[in-house]
Amino acid sequence: MNDFQNIYPELFLILILLLFLIVGVFLKNSFIIIKKATIFALLFCIPIIYLNFDNQLLVFNNNYSINMFSNFIKIIILISSAFSLIFVGQYFKRIKIDKFEYMILILSSTIGMFIMVSANNLIGLYLGIELQSLSLYVLSSIDRSSLKSSESGVKYFVLGALSSGLFLYGCSLVYGFTGSTNYLIISENFSTNSLGSIFGLVFILVGLAFKVSAVPFHMWTPDVYEGSPTSVTAFFSLAPKVAGIGAFIQILFIAFKPAFEEWMTILIFISIASMILGSVAAIGQINIKRLMAYSGISHIGYALAGLAPGTIVGISATLTYMSIYVVMNIAAFTCILFLSRDRVYYEDIRDLRGLSKNHPLIAACFCVVLFSLAGIPPLAGFFAKFYIFKAVIESEMYLLAIVGLISSVISAFYYLRIIKIMYFDKKIDKFDDMSGLGVKLSLFTSTLIILFYFISPSFLVNLSDMASKVFS
Amino acid sequence: MSDIPILTLMIFIPLIGVLFLLFIKGDTDFVNKTSSRVAMLTSIITFFASILILKNFNYLDAGFQFVEQHDWIVDFVNYKVGIDGISLSFILLTTFITPICILATINSVRDRLREFLITLLLMETMMIGVFCSLDLFIFYLFFEAGLIPMFLIIGIWGGEKRVYSAFKFFLYTLFGSIFMLVAIIYIYIDAGTLDVEKLLNIEINKDYQKYLWLGFFASFAVKTPMWPVHTWLPDAHVEAPTSGSVILAAILLKMAGYGFIRFSLGLFPDASIYFAPFVFILSVIAIIYTSLVALVQNDMKKLIAYSSVAHMGFVTIGIFVFNKQGIEGSIFQMISHGIISSALFLCVGVIYDRMRTREISHYGGVVNSMPKYATLFMIFTLGSLGLPGTSGFIGEILVLIGAFKFNYWVAFFATIGVVLSACYSLWLYKRVIFGEIKNDQIKNLTDLNKREYIILTPLVIMTLVLGFYPGLLLDLISSSAGKVSENMINYMNISTYIK
Repeated sequence: MNDFQNIYPELFLILILLLFLIVGVFLKNSFIIIKKATIFALLFCIPIIYLNFDNQLLVFNNNYSINMFSNFIKIIILISSAFSLIFVGQYFKRIKIDKFEYMILILSSTIGMFIMVSANNLIGLYLGIELQSLSLYVLSSIDRSSLKSSESGVKYFVLGALSSGLFLYGCSLVYGFTGSTNYLIISENFSTNSLGSIFGLVFILVGLAFKVSAVPFHMWTPDVYEGSPTSVTAFFSLAPKVAGIGAFIQILFIAFKPAFEEWMTILIFISIASMILGSVAAIGQINIKRLMAYSGISHIGYALAGLAPGTIVGISATLTYMSIYVVMNIAAFTCILFLSRDRVYYEDIRDLRGLSKNHPLIAACFCVVLFSLAGIPPLAGFFAKFYIFKAVIESEMYLLAIVGLISSVISAFYYLRIIKIMYFDKKIDKFDDMSGLGVKLSLFTSTLIILFYFISPSFLVNLSDMASKVFS
Repeated sequence: MSDIPILTLMIFIPLIGVLFLLFIKGDTDFVNKTSSRVAMLTSIITFFASILILKNFNYLDAGFQFVEQHDWIVDFVNYKVGIDGISLSFILLTTFITPICILATINSVRDRLREFLITLLLMETMMIGVFCSLDLFIFYLFFEAGLIPMFLIIGIWGGEKRVYSAFKFFLYTLFGSIFMLVAIIYIYIDAGTLDVEKLLNIEINKDYQKYLWLGFFASFAVKTPMWPVHTWLPDAHVEAPTSGSVILAAILLKMAGYGFIRFSLGLFPDASIYFAPFVFILSVIAIIYTSLVALVQNDMKKLIAYSSVAHMGFVTIGIFVFNKQGIEGSIFQMISHGIISSALFLCVGVIYDRMRTREISHYGGVVNSMPKYATLFMIFTLGSLGLPGTSGFIGEILVLIGAFKFNYWVAFFATIGVVLSACYSLWLYKRVIFGEIKNDQIKNLTDLNKREYIILTPLVIMTLVLGFYPGLLLDLISSSAGKVSENMINYMNISTYIK
């Protein structure tokens, strides 16, 4: 019973979820209230976790770990979940998905992600993944009246179920060859000579790579991103990726530590493939959500590149990268959600024409975000990439670094293209000005963070250094 | 004096101006007027700050002065700035050219003037930052950050093919720079510091020096630009608005030359000696090939752009002959080219504003309607081809002397470039200014107005003053340049690549 005292953030979210479910069922028109309450609850969780940031516990018979690393990731997840509700503005109402279930699903997937990053056991990890994914499947098809949304939900579900199956098969192999599902025992018993456990490792990595949409398991991403309602797409691009990377780190650096050489090769391949495909495939996209999907793929490639060297510096670089990535994506999706005219939301990048003249402030923010995504100094995105490359070069993986840098130049092209459309092309009609407080808040804070990150870069780096020390 | 962080102040004065510009509100006329005043004032204050630094500068000290250092990223990068004679000369060039650019902008740019001025001031901060920074990471930040405003200047206020040129400029430069980034990270891992002052005193592993040198070279060669990666420059120049071209020609290109002297020679002396012949070959090709290309251009700006590539060829030769004359000459050549080529671009801008075309064939007989303009244009043309008495001559002759000392053949080919530069410059002048009056438009041209005088006069003065009294600049750079070349000659005596 004592163990439950230590997982109060999770318990808190579960209780809130149940409470809101009941409230939602019995209270008519409770959407706005529940939305605000959910945002508040998610944000409230952050100080709770931060206050006990340096806890280091293994609870439930070593099957659930609470430490600085999991707390760090949890805080990022909370921020992204909260902001994916904050910056939506009028969107729900306009496309008529203002149903309280939306919040319940966000909450439950957040809980799933918490379990993913804290799990110290394959079963726990699997349960976390499933809780998160099932909520996401439903979320992506929440716009029932839209054919595309339903289609993307089905696509996501079928492919997601397949990957879960692969993952589970991997778990069973690892269990069979090491005799346990607990990470610590797995790492003790893992033998790199046994083909079975290596197979298990590969299957588990495939399952996780699918969840973070790394090449070659990325096929679902563009379609699901395009089909889902934009607010859901934004959520997809934020929290699940962070949680996926968290699970990656947790499992690679604890359970499969002995098999370092084996998974390093896989990671190098996945990361190079993601970086290249993400940058090249995005060039041809004209739907901005698809473009963000490919951009997300290439960013995941960079994050995984940080893990490939298998060093503590690398983990720290990846954590920094993911934090900055989340901030950049929050800003980017706020801008994308802004593009509506007469209740129609536009997704074609050509609709951004002349944004700089009609909405100079939004355009300027978007411009900063895009330069940052492209990794141009002195914006935050540059620092994020810089730490990754520093970690990679420190481990003398020059090929990975060069490929990463070259693909970052390629990806600069399509980010620049959006800037070109906003600034260099002739203007068209104005968009609706529906910048509520939430929209402004999230856009300006995130842009300012990106713009002025260089003033004190140490803060984030110190936090992620502390978090990654857990694995030393 | 030493208590005030004057360098930091100078770097960030333009940014303060940008802040003011952001908060100007009102109707378009008011915004344009006020923002031009604010921008002008900011750039003039910056100029005076740099003059103040010059006044307090110790000419005899070859080391870094006004050094400031603060913790920034713990255990990794310090914010460190400082200047020696070489950097100060480039800073003066920057702060001297920027007010002229702003003045040239005010009446020729109508659309979104305030935003244009903001980008110009941002550029100024980045450029001063590049020349001040004594930490490789800071240097890289400033070096790369300059891409953003320049991209916007070309893309928003440029000519017809502006999108293509802006992209080409951005991607070329970014592609070059990533190799420098790899090299910088490697230096950090190898040496444990990115402090330039410290790095200058330790020897970087000889096996890796060549790769690191190539990494830096990739970036600087694109920016210089050297043949064969020069093709972005003519496009960027042609499409950029006048003041964009001026900034590009006068200062952005000089960042690379400065980088060669400070980092390639300073940090990798061994590799520099090894690669010197390679640089010579590229430079000689640049000088002769681009001069020939310049001969056949129809567009005035393009012609001047190609001539810039040729002039920068002299600069790279001067740097890599390693003796004092060569290095001094190349710095002199860069400063002088900064003044003269920006003046030429402004001259083109003057008639472009009136005629709306840069095609040489549309001109002829301009001297009849614009005699004063023709005189000024003449001075700059002669300066560009290196006539004694103009600043262009001093730079070229010093580089050639240095080159003759080092290698007879390099000097021989470089001299051919001098002849060719006379050909294309004079021919351009003849076709535009002399001859019969081509059309009525030219007959009705009005001569320079007051604003254009104010813009061009300082440039004429500087061209002639530096031509007749080169000591003004040479005294400033001599001790620092001497130190660089001494260091290089010491290495050459023990080097295995030469002899």
